[in-house]
Amino acid sequence: MQPSATLKRTPFYDFHRALGAKIVEFAGFEMPVRYTGDVREHVCVRERAGLFDISHMGEFHVEGPGALEFLSHAVTNDLASAAPGQAVYSPMCRPDGGIVDDLLVYRFEDHFMVVVNASNTPKDFEWLLDYCPADVELEDRSDRTALLAVQGPKTPEILQGLVPDEALDLGYYRFMTGPVCGVEAVISRTGYTGEDGFELYFEPRHAARVWEGLMSAGNRLGLEPVGLPLEAGLGWTVKFGKGDFVGRDALLRQKEHGLKRRLVGFELEGRRVPRHDMPIEAGGRALGRVSSGTFSPSLERPIGMGYVESGSAQTGTALEIRAGEARLAARVAPRPFYKGGSRRA
Amino acid sequence: MGYPSDVRYTREHEWARMENGLITVGITSYATEQLGDVVFVELPAIGKKFEAAKPFGVVEAVKTVSDLYAPISGEVVAVNEELSSNPALVNQEPYGEGWMIRLKPRDTAEFNQLLTNRDYEKLLEEQHA
Repeated sequence: MQPSATLKRTPFYDFHRALGAKIVEFAGFEMPVRYTGDVREHVCVRERAGLFDISHMGEFHVEGPGALEFLSHAVTNDLASAAPGQAVYSPMCRPDGGIVDDLLVYRFEDHFMVVVNASNTPKDFEWLLDYCPADVELEDRSDRTALLAVQGPKTPEILQGLVPDEALDLGYYRFMTGPVCGVEAVISRTGYTGEDGFELYFEPRHAARVWEGLMSAGNRLGLEPVGLPLEAGLGWTVKFGKGDFVGRDALLRQKEHGLKRRLVGFELEGRRVPRHDMPIEAGGRALGRVSSGTFSPSLERPIGMGYVESGSAQTGTALEIRAGEARLAARVAPRPFYKGGSRRA
Repeated sequence: MGYPSDVRYTREHEWARMENGLITVGITSYATEQLGDVVFVELPAIGKKFEAAKPFGVVEAVKTVSDLYAPISGEVVAVNEELSSNPALVNQEPYGEGWMIRLKPRDTAEFNQLLTNRDYEKLLEEQHA
């Protein structure tokens, strides 16, 4: 890893270095990709709990009389029916229905927090700024926000005594503000691992106190730091009934006329891993391309996602992934791939 | 650091060991640390011929993938079949049970041009300087 003046560091960087993490460049940040081993860390999250530094994510503060209307217009999911204390996952679309990014919108009593993918932070901010009316204040607070995720079935037990008792009663995608390790934070029962867990937002100056507090409380229960999580996708988040939003007409047209392509998940029969942009075929006919792929330690096989012609999207459809000269046998699989998680719906 | 002195190295982090006129090839412990847990190694068929520095296979880890490059020109006379059922051997014993292919060299002079362990250690130091 070449240290570079242009790469950003999260407030937990020194902890990652001290733990001997392998650091890689991701979205303009120096981020830990692994501390001990990929599979070991994966299993730790599935069986106990893992601590992820995801401070590279972007956070926007949105406030003002028109904030709800503005955000409702900017994203596809329904924010108006979300109560304060609720987080909503949503794509944000271009007028043609293509996706700018997927994000989380936190609805507070008097403002919103929008959490976006690190690699898209500047792009998303510019995008929102273009739609932002005069009566709404939109501010990028990414550099003023530290974010840790604790994910895994032991998470509630680990957090007991470190967060208010009410926080442990929060439902999935619900949040509150309150102290974590004595530090004011947004305590959110969210995450992308499929396991029970929390995401904790607080000011960077408290980074050491929270990291050390979590690690020392979690030690007994097997909490370990875990390298960079990977990202996955959507489907139930576009609400046509909520009124106009960017991309609505294009998406409605697609809905009425049927989609040409659909996003499918697939499992592979061999061990070779499908990677971004590999062609997907069936019987020598091109169907689409792989959008992402990885090896799943939980399923002990490679999995992937990609867009294919709608006729080939049914579960069980045989696919071939072209990896150079090799053709990898795959089958469309229902999602989520892994159903054994401790997450409470 | 301490990389074994009984093998030679490439800049792409393969090692090569000469034994009874044949060259055994694998990847270095540095490479396995960079890749993470190896889950699959795609190896060529026996009899296939490779030019030096050309890809002969693929190593897949959970979060990364990398091509494997032939340290020297030659013909594949053996591949490590064990890796298909136990790819973790590459992480556990990169210079031993985790070997990948055995080549019959076209010209042993190519082997002598590969990096020594000292050269390789220097290369890594320079890359991290």
